[in-house]
Amino acid sequence: MLSVRDLTVSFTGEEGVVCAVDRVSFDVRAGEVLSVVGESGCGKSVTAMALTRLLPPYARVTGSAVLDGVDLAAASPRTLRHVRGKDVAYVFQEPMSSLNPVFTLGRQVTEAVLAHEQVSRSTAEQRAVELLDLVGIPGARDRLRVYPHQLSGGMRQRVMIAMAVACNPRVLVADEPTTALDVTVQAGILDVLRDLRTRLGTAVVLITHDLGVVADVADRVVVMYAGRIVERGEVRELFRRPRHPYTKGLLGAVPNAEARERSGRLLEIPGLVPVLSEQPDACTFADRCPRASARCTEHEPPLENVAGHEVACWHPHTDDENATAGRPAERSSDA
Amino acid sequence: MAAYLLRRAGQSLLTLVLATIVVFAGVRALPGDPALALAGEERDAATLAAIRAKYGLDDSVIEQYWAYVTNTFQGDLGRSIRTGIPVRDMIVGALPVTLELSLLALVIASILGLLTGMLAAVRRGGPSEWLANGIALLGLSIPHFWLGLMAILWLSVGLGLFPASGHVPLLSDPVANLHHMVMPAVILGTGLAAVIMRQTRSSMLEALGEDYVRTARAKGLRERQVVGVHALRNSLIVVVTIVGLQLGNLISGAVVTEQIFGLPGFGKLTIDSVFQRDYPVIQAVVLITATAYIVINFAIDLLYSVIDPRIRVAGGAD
Ligand SMILES: Nc1ncnc2c1ncn2[C@@H]1O[C@H](COP(=O)(O)OP(=O)(O)OP(=O)(O)O)[C@@H](O)[C@H]1O
Ligand code: SF4
Ligand SMILES: [Mg+2]
Repeated sequence: MLSVRDLTVSFTGEEGVVCAVDRVSFDVRAGEVLSVVGESGCGKSVTAMALTRLLPPYARVTGSAVLDGVDLAAASPRTLRHVRGKDVAYVFQEPMSSLNPVFTLGRQVTEAVLAHEQVSRSTAEQRAVELLDLVGIPGARDRLRVYPHQLSGGMRQRVMIAMAVACNPRVLVADEPTTALDVTVQAGILDVLRDLRTRLGTAVVLITHDLGVVADVADRVVVMYAGRIVERGEVRELFRRPRHPYTKGLLGAVPNAEARERSGRLLEIPGLVPVLSEQPDACTFADRCPRASARCTEHEPPLENVAGHEVACWHPHTDDENATAGRPAERSSDA
Repeated sequence: MAAYLLRRAGQSLLTLVLATIVVFAGVRALPGDPALALAGEERDAATLAAIRAKYGLDDSVIEQYWAYVTNTFQGDLGRSIRTGIPVRDMIVGALPVTLELSLLALVIASILGLLTGMLAAVRRGGPSEWLANGIALLGLSIPHFWLGLMAILWLSVGLGLFPASGHVPLLSDPVANLHHMVMPAVILGTGLAAVIMRQTRSSMLEALGEDYVRTARAKGLRERQVVGVHALRNSLIVVVTIVGLQLGNLISGAVVTEQIFGLPGFGKLTIDSVFQRDYPVIQAVVLITATAYIVINFAIDLLYSVIDPRIRVAGGAD
């Protein structure tokens, strides 16, 4: 339904060029939950926003994002406006700052309805109440007159979801909808998303750090690292047999829920995501990778199908290694 | 909200009382015996005593102050030493001219400043931004009186588009009135327009980078709504503050502008009374100017709480 090909985003700023997303391709199928995971700064949010060109003007976007035959990357501002909110809707990462502080919830939700539907203001308001109800905000009618600063983070995130689903979008992009929320609120919001998918057939692109959440709700997973997709596949298959050392590291870093809560974020792979100014012909994970060889720094590994799902690695983990579990075997050296 | 309003009203009242004390004390502190001044040529003891008794100059300072305050609040501002006309009548005649001039200037400056400011922010880096910035710089750096004289020279004397000076009361002939008022109002408003333009531009640029603006776009709103509603409303908070701070300048600018265009307004009254040492008039003029500042500040605070709900609620909570 939504087909993304070679999406590339670079920012030209005062500190030079940052290549945030590098030739990313993926498909979103109707009614599925596609999860995008990866460490902070790997380009998840930028990828999501590039789909409907919500990035600032200094961002350079190439590639295509085709939704039902229309390439959003080449679409006119008018077409984009009709797509945004109606076909592709967003729940942004920052619930605290994503609502306008000077307007009531009623106004902001109503506006989302009126943006795409020719209905009267009172009908739209009625719909706003239903939407707030749907996302589990108690006393919805009274909340219409409330301002964002009078709500908790969890409630604001629910309002964001209410606005996003106002026009029954085909694709809902939820960027870390549960980060920074406590566990019970998290569960509530995930329920809302799941419910939408089953009732409206909305496809959900779920961006998250939290592999627990992925295992819980996703159908397929895309793993990103430094702006590139490094592994991609059906969720159970990928979790059972991770092939990329990075994915393996991510999974290894989530031993159980208890430890996850203790550390907050779950990634304990040594080193940081590099900020790239170009698209190197090499594996960008090489300097953190326990399996890296000379070949890894000389050629970029292509995203290829390796027994069950796709991975971009010259030395992917084998089923045997995955069976013995834990750390990678010795380093391959076929340079 | 009600508690907040009440508190602000209380503060304003207190400031007003302080203003009357300062005005009262200021005039008492002036050198010379007012009885002597009032007596004029006939300075015999009996006349002076009669004058002292009549004006209560023998009473204690407290009593005199009280008499002054009660008279003032009953609208009795005394008579002009020079002309004998009740000060109240002079002010009632002059104030509408100044109010109209300032209001017109404020409206023109706001429209011009907001529009060009928004344009400069949205067309960032383009020629419109460059143009708007240039105009703003000129507007800020050219003094009123020079601009006023140039306008008279070109538009009135040269092209004969507008009358060079004079005034027609609004109620007797609104069209002629506007014809006389437009040029002074534009001149008076230029500085403010430049300030509003620059402030609108910078707070607009900031607002356009905010997450809620992205949300508005992501909803599929028209760019007009994104910029003109979501970003603008937030920018206005800062713009209103700046305008509030600048209104004082508008009042003093009005004094100069009225002088240039020969408008019989409050500014002209102020200057004339100072030059003629007409104490009752000075006293009244100062008090009214102070009151105007207080009222403006109060109004700006009210406007704030209308624009920014966070202030409304925070104020109402305690
Ligand atoms: N507006 C921008 N201008 C310049 N660089 C940006 C901008 N937005 C993002 N970037 C850069 O792009 C890269 C990817 O950022 P992105 O926000 O997509 O990361 P992310 O995967 O969403 O991380 P997180 O998990 O922290 O949200 C980062 O290096 C970031 O610094
Ligand atoms: S290509 Fe090489 S460096 Fe990259 S992940 Fe695979 S083994 Fe590690
Ligand atoms: Mg992000």
